[in-house]
Amino acid sequence: MKILNCPLNGPRNILEFSYGGEFHPMPDPSRCGSKEWAEYIYFAENQAGLVTEWWYHLASSYWFLAQRNTITDEIVRTFEVNEVFSERVEFSTQPEGDQNNG
Amino acid sequence: MPFGLLKFGLKKNYPGNHRFTPANKALKNHYDVVIIGAGGHGMAIAYYLVKYHGVRNIAVLDKGYLGGGNTARNTAVIRSNYLTEEGVTFYRESVRLFQDLSNEFGFNIMMENRGQLTLAHNDAAIRSFRWRAEVNQHLGVRSELVDRKTIRELVPDLNLSEEARYPIIAGLWHADGATARHDAVVWGYARGACARGVELHQLTEVQDITVTRGKVTAVETNRGRVECGCAVQSVAGTSSVLGMKAGIRLPIHSYPLQAMVTQSYKPVLTPHISSPQLHVYLHQTSRGEVVIGGGTDPYPLYNTRSTLEQKESLAAAVIELFPYLSQVRVMRQWAGITDMTPDYSPIMGLSPVKNYYLDAGWGTWGFKATPICGKTMAELVATGKVPTLIQPFELERFYRFEQINEAGATAASH
Repeated sequence: MKILNCPLNGPRNILEFSYGGEFHPMPDPSRCGSKEWAEYIYFAENQAGLVTEWWYHLASSYWFLAQRNTITDEIVRTFEVNEVFSERVEFSTQPEGDQNNG
Repeated sequence: MPFGLLKFGLKKNYPGNHRFTPANKALKNHYDVVIIGAGGHGMAIAYYLVKYHGVRNIAVLDKGYLGGGNTARNTAVIRSNYLTEEGVTFYRESVRLFQDLSNEFGFNIMMENRGQLTLAHNDAAIRSFRWRAEVNQHLGVRSELVDRKTIRELVPDLNLSEEARYPIIAGLWHADGATARHDAVVWGYARGACARGVELHQLTEVQDITVTRGKVTAVETNRGRVECGCAVQSVAGTSSVLGMKAGIRLPIHSYPLQAMVTQSYKPVLTPHISSPQLHVYLHQTSRGEVVIGGGTDPYPLYNTRSTLEQKESLAAAVIELFPYLSQVRVMRQWAGITDMTPDYSPIMGLSPVKNYYLDAGWGTWGFKATPICGKTMAELVATGKVPTLIQPFELERFYRFEQINEAGATAASH
């Protein structure tokens, strides 16, 4: 059994967690171009080595970040998102110039 | 003939040319075409280039040995019962080429038309099978929705009990489904290519790719620098890592896929069986071993280690389908790294770097595409024009949000 150390729930079986993708700063979907958006949602670094990525604890609906070595399969460190985000990120919900279309 | 066979059997050295071992040659400092990766795909591209397009100055470079990557690790399933028109048309041509490959090579690839049966355990699966069967039949691929009675006739030993955890309620029968000896496919292509002048360099790792003014000009290897007119990336499991050497970021995540094989038993199972719900597929090889594979691991990794969880889940699923296999022993297990794309379709064709061609993102569907991928990629390299059959699979599709959503791609995870 592989153990992942959850910042909220402590060491748990890795099967309790779901991989959530590489950590990249998200562009504002209503302001960025379609190329930038395509790269954000489809393209990946997919690095062999140390990576930072999202993980999710299924039972407690808790998102956090982990540093993992994709060659040795070692989880080096897990940490809470407030290490990266100091404040809430707000995105506009409507595309630029489209505010009046209701 | 039986006496001839007996003589072969008693001979110390088997007289037939049953595998291909390339000669060691010095690496030249220039080739017109450098193909990175000596797997089925890379050797097929070289073969079609030299045989049908007259391109002679070709080097195939591999960091390991011929056919030692995912060509050796796949579970040798050949089928064309996909869901999208683009996918079905492409794999249909591949199955057709496979049928004639032994004649093409003069070398037996042990092609066997076993048929493939995908199992439905719920209504949603039946709906998707009906859809796939309609698309397949429209495009001339033999697929049909079959009921439990037909399933019992096709696979008498399958557990059709309604007491099972996920009872089998219908199936998608694909009469064109087949298998072939994967090593023989790459040896056949390599033998044919090398006989016509292609150079195959094993233990030759591409460590860097030189791009000058947007065009590939050379590759750096552990054996020195090689200039090239064009280069083809044809690797599996390290598509992203190699692509980044040319400055190309790809829409790929690499996951291990674990498989295993049992000891040999008498023939009991003819078709391929796959169950998307149980995340398992299996067939019995002509040597009698039962080959078992499943879905990919739950998170990306560049490591072919095994996990007990995955093996246990494969075993549990197999025993549910075939309870009599509960006493068989697992002889070998392994994993391969699958380069998964967001739409479960490959990436073939042009790249952002001029004269650098992509043959990547083959996830769990690479072996079955070997002949048609080689043929079409060779045409692209020789003529500079993207063949119609592979146009939909270009990298650009992700920027246009025109994915080829291939829900029929992996027998196990859809």
